[in-house]
Amino acid sequence: MATQHSRSAARIMMAPAVILLLGWMLVPLTMTLYFSFKKYLPLRGGDLGWVGFDNYVRFVSSSTFWPSVQTTLIIVGGVLLITVILGVLLAILLDQPMWGQGVVRILVIAPFFVMPTVSALVWKNMFMDPVNGLFAHLWQAFGAQPVEWLSNASLFSIILIVSWQWLPFATLILLTAIQSLDSEQLEAAEMDGAPPLSRFAHIILPHLARAITIVVLIQTIFLLAIFAEIFVTTGGSFGTRTLTYLIYQRVLESQNVGLGSAGGVYAIILANIVAIFLMRIVGKNLDA
Amino acid sequence: MFIKNALCATTALVMLPVAAAHAETLTIATVNNGDMIRMQGLTEDFTAKTGHTVEWVTLEENVLRQRVTQDIATKGGQFDIMTIGMYETPIWGKQGWLVSLDDLPESYDTQDILPAMRGGLSVDGTLYAAPFYGESSMIMYRTDLMEQAGLEMPDAPTWDFVADAAAKMTDQDNEIYGVCLRGKAGWGENMAFITTVANSFGARWFDENWTPQLDSDEWKEAVNFYNDLLTNYGPPGASTNGFNENLALFQQGKCGMWIDATVAASFVTNPEDSTVADKVGFALAPNKDGVSKRANWLWAWALAIPAGTQKEAAAKQFIEWATSKDYLSLVAEKEGWANVPPGSRTSLYENPEYAKVPFAKMTLDSINAADPNNPTVEPVPYVGIQYVAIPEWAGIGTSAGQEFSAMVAGQQTPEQALEKAQTLVTEEMEAAGY
Amino acid sequence: MARAVTTRRKAFNTLLAWSIGLLIFFPILWTILTSFKTEAQAISDPPLFLFFDWTLENYAVVQERSDYTRFLWNSIIIAGGSTVLGILIAVPAAWSMAFVPSKRTKDILLWMLSTKMLPAVGVLYPIYILFIELGLLDTRLGLTIVLMLINLPIIVWMLYTYFKEIPGEILEAARMDGAGLKEEILFILTPMAIPGIASTFLLNIILAWNEAFWTLNLTAAKAAPLTAFIASYSSPEGLFYAKLSAAATMAIAPILILGWFSQKQLVRGLTFGAVK
Repeated sequence: MATQHSRSAARIMMAPAVILLLGWMLVPLTMTLYFSFKKYLPLRGGDLGWVGFDNYVRFVSSSTFWPSVQTTLIIVGGVLLITVILGVLLAILLDQPMWGQGVVRILVIAPFFVMPTVSALVWKNMFMDPVNGLFAHLWQAFGAQPVEWLSNASLFSIILIVSWQWLPFATLILLTAIQSLDSEQLEAAEMDGAPPLSRFAHIILPHLARAITIVVLIQTIFLLAIFAEIFVTTGGSFGTRTLTYLIYQRVLESQNVGLGSAGGVYAIILANIVAIFLMRIVGKNLDA
Repeated sequence: MFIKNALCATTALVMLPVAAAHAETLTIATVNNGDMIRMQGLTEDFTAKTGHTVEWVTLEENVLRQRVTQDIATKGGQFDIMTIGMYETPIWGKQGWLVSLDDLPESYDTQDILPAMRGGLSVDGTLYAAPFYGESSMIMYRTDLMEQAGLEMPDAPTWDFVADAAAKMTDQDNEIYGVCLRGKAGWGENMAFITTVANSFGARWFDENWTPQLDSDEWKEAVNFYNDLLTNYGPPGASTNGFNENLALFQQGKCGMWIDATVAASFVTNPEDSTVADKVGFALAPNKDGVSKRANWLWAWALAIPAGTQKEAAAKQFIEWATSKDYLSLVAEKEGWANVPPGSRTSLYENPEYAKVPFAKMTLDSINAADPNNPTVEPVPYVGIQYVAIPEWAGIGTSAGQEFSAMVAGQQTPEQALEKAQTLVTEEMEAAGY
Repeated sequence: MARAVTTRRKAFNTLLAWSIGLLIFFPILWTILTSFKTEAQAISDPPLFLFFDWTLENYAVVQERSDYTRFLWNSIIIAGGSTVLGILIAVPAAWSMAFVPSKRTKDILLWMLSTKMLPAVGVLYPIYILFIELGLLDTRLGLTIVLMLINLPIIVWMLYTYFKEIPGEILEAARMDGAGLKEEILFILTPMAIPGIASTFLLNIILAWNEAFWTLNLTAAKAAPLTAFIASYSSPEGLFYAKLSAAATMAIAPILILGWFSQKQLVRGLTFGAVK
C-alpha cells in the first residue's frame, strides 16, 4: 500500500513534529549537560569554570540522594498501585446499569480538572490541618486524637492527594476499555455459571491489560515529575523529598545550577530506567 | 478631610499633563502580606501624583523569592521593582545588581529610616533597598491566661520563665497551648526562630573559618530546649506551623504565648480578625539566663530596583512614595495608626499618635536590641541574626530546617537532627567552595 | 423474578456508585461551599455544611485584589492556543505514522514520550536564559509554544491511536476514486477522526490549563494565567480558608464547567489505543 510517493509524503508530514520535539529535547539537554560540567553559581558571579565530573560525584555522594530516589519510587509506585486497583474497580462499577450514570461519572472525573496547586492547597489546609482541618474535626467527633497528616503520615498524605488527582484519569481509560468488552462473552460465562471472581480474572482483567499498561506508562511520566503537591504541602520535609524536589532545592534554593544540572541528568537516567523497566514488563501489551 | 482630598485632586490635575509626558507602567513584584495588599489598594494615590501606573505581581513568599532571584540572577528584566528582604539586599547589592538609592531627594529624609534597618539594607554605606516595613521578634502573650496561671510577665523574660509559664498555661482539653512557635521547615520559617534561640543560648552557625558549628554543646542545649518546649506545650501539628498558621491559632485564642515577628502585633490586636484582641501583652524575646544575646531578630521587607531597568526614574518615584512619611500618614488616615507599616522610620515612633498604639514601644525596643553585624556571643564571619548573609544560606537553612521539623514531628531526636544538619551544611559549604 | 433481581442490583449499584462519586467529589464541593462562608465560619467547629450565612464577600475581595478576568483570559489563550497549535502539528505526523508505518514508528512514538521525562526544574535556568535571548519572557506566545511542546507527544500519540482505528480499505477505495492526499485527509479522514480529535483537544486543554511550573516561572504581569493568580492566595496572613476557597473556585470553575459539558466526549475518547 505504501508507495514511494506516500513514504516521502509521510516523512514530510512527520517532520514538523519530530523536528520540534528534537529541538525541545536537544536544546535543554545540551544546555543541562553543559552546565552540569561547570561550577555555575549565579549568586557568586555565574560561570566559575569547568569542573569535570565533580558535580556528578557530589550529587550522588550527598546524604540526600539515595533517600530521594527511594522516596520517588515509593510515591510513584504507591500512586500507581492505588489508581490502577481502584480505577479497575470503579470502572467496573460505573459500567453497571444504574440511575444517574452520567452524573456519577462527572463526579468521579472532576478531580482531574483541578490544578495540582489548588488541590494540594485544599487538602493541606481544609482537610489535613491538625487543628482546623475537616479530618481533625472528624477524628475528634469519634473521640480520637487528630492525626498530624503532613508530618507523621507525610508520604501517605502525598500519595493520597496525588492519587485523588489521577484516579479519574485511570478510571476513564479503564472504563472506555471495559465498555468495548464483548458483553456476549461475559454473558456466556455467566450462563456457564462462572463465579464473578473468575469472570473478572479470566475475562475482564486480560481484556484490560492493555489499558492498564497505558495508564501505568502515562501516569509514570507525569508522576516522576510531580512538584507542586510537595512544594505546597511539606516543602520536602518529613521524608518527602523526591529526586525532582532535590534538584529544585539544588538549583533554586541553593542556587547551584551546576550541581542541579547534574541532578537533572540523573533524573533523566532514572526516568529512562523506569521506562525501560516498564516496557520490558508490560511492553508486549503495547505492540503499537 | 474634604479640603485635603480637593487639594489632592487639584495637584493631580495640575501635575497630570506634565507627568503624562513620561508616564510609565511599572511592574512590581511583591509578597502577599497584609501591608503590601494595602499598598496595592492605595496605588491610585501614586498614579494621581505621578501619572505612572503600576502592574502588580503578587505572590506567596516562597514563590516570590524564587521568581525574583531567578530573574535577577539571569538579568531577565521582568520587574522594575522587587520586594526583597534584608537577607537578599546585601548579597545582591554587592554583586552590583541593584540600583543605589543614595540619591533620593532631601524631602525623603533617608536619615529618618531606623539606623538598624538602614544598616541592614546597605552595603559599605550605600543604601540598596528602602524598607517598606521592618520587624524584630518579641513575645506576644495572653494577659488573661498569664493572670490565671498566677504569673506576671517581666519586660525582659528568660527562657526558664517562658518554659514555666508555658507549662502552667497549657490546657489541652480546652485546646489552649502554652506556646506557639514556628516548626515549618524553611530558612525564613523555623530556622529564623531556631537560629535566634541558638544565639540566645550562646551558639553560632560558623566559626571564623566557616566551619559549621552545629555539633557544639550550645546548639545541643538550644535545640533540646526548643524541642521540649514545643512538643510538650505546643499545638498539635507544630512541625508544619509557620508564621501564618501560628497567627491563625493565636487569633483563635489557642496560644498562651507566641514568639514571632513584631508585625504580628497589629494583626492579633485587630478586633476584626482576632478573638483575643483586647487580651494581648508584649515582652522582649527571651534569653538564657546569663547570655548577653536575646532571641530577637531583625528583618525588613524592602523595595529595590534591579540594575538595568529602563524605568529607573519612575521606579525611584514609586519607592519614594511607598516608603515615605506621607505614605504612613495616608494609611493612618484611611486605616488608623495601628495599621501603618511599622518599623521603618524614626519619626513614626516619635509621633505621639503612634505612641498610643499598644505595641509601638515594644516593637521599637526589640528592633533596637537587634544587631545584625554582631549577632552572636562568640565572633562570626557573617552578617545577619536569624540568617547568614551568604548566597548558600537559603539552601542550607531550608535543608537544616527540614531536619528540625522532622525532630518536632517526633521522627528523630535533637541529637540526630543536629548531626544530620551538620553533615548537610558541611556538604553544601563544600559544594560552594568554602 | 429476574427483573426484580436486576432492579435490586441496579439500586445497589446506584447507591454504591453515588456514594463513591460523592466521596471523590467532596473536596471540590467543600471548597465551593467554603468560598461562600465568612472566615470565622470556614473554620468553625463543628464544621458548617449548608446552614450558614451565604456570602459573596470573598469573591468581591478576591476580585478587588486581583483582576480575575485578565488571568482567565491568559489561561484561555495559552491553553487553547497551545492545544490548537499542537493538534495542527500533530495531525500530519500521526496520519503518516498510522497509514504509512515503518519499522521505526513505534520507536519514534516512544522517543517522543520520553522527551517528557526531562525534569522541568532541572532545565529552568537554560530555558529562562533562552527566553530572555528570544524576548519571550512574560509573553503569551512564549508560554503557548512551551506548553505545546510539552504536550505534543501526548497529542501525537492519542491522534495516532485514533487514526489507526480507521480501516485502511476506506482510504484504498477513495484512492481508487482518484482522491489525492489532500482530499484523503480533508474529506475522509478528518470527519472520521473528529471524535478522536475532540477528545485529544479536551485532554490537552486540561493538561495545559493545569500546568503550574512553566506558567508560573516564565511570566510576570502580562501573560500570567490562573496558576499565578492562585499563587497569591496560598498563604496570606491570618485566616484565609474562605478567600482561598473563593480563589480556588474561580481558578478551577471554567475548566470544570468545560469538563462537565464534554464528559461524554472524554469518556468515549480517552483510549490512547487501549481498546483492542
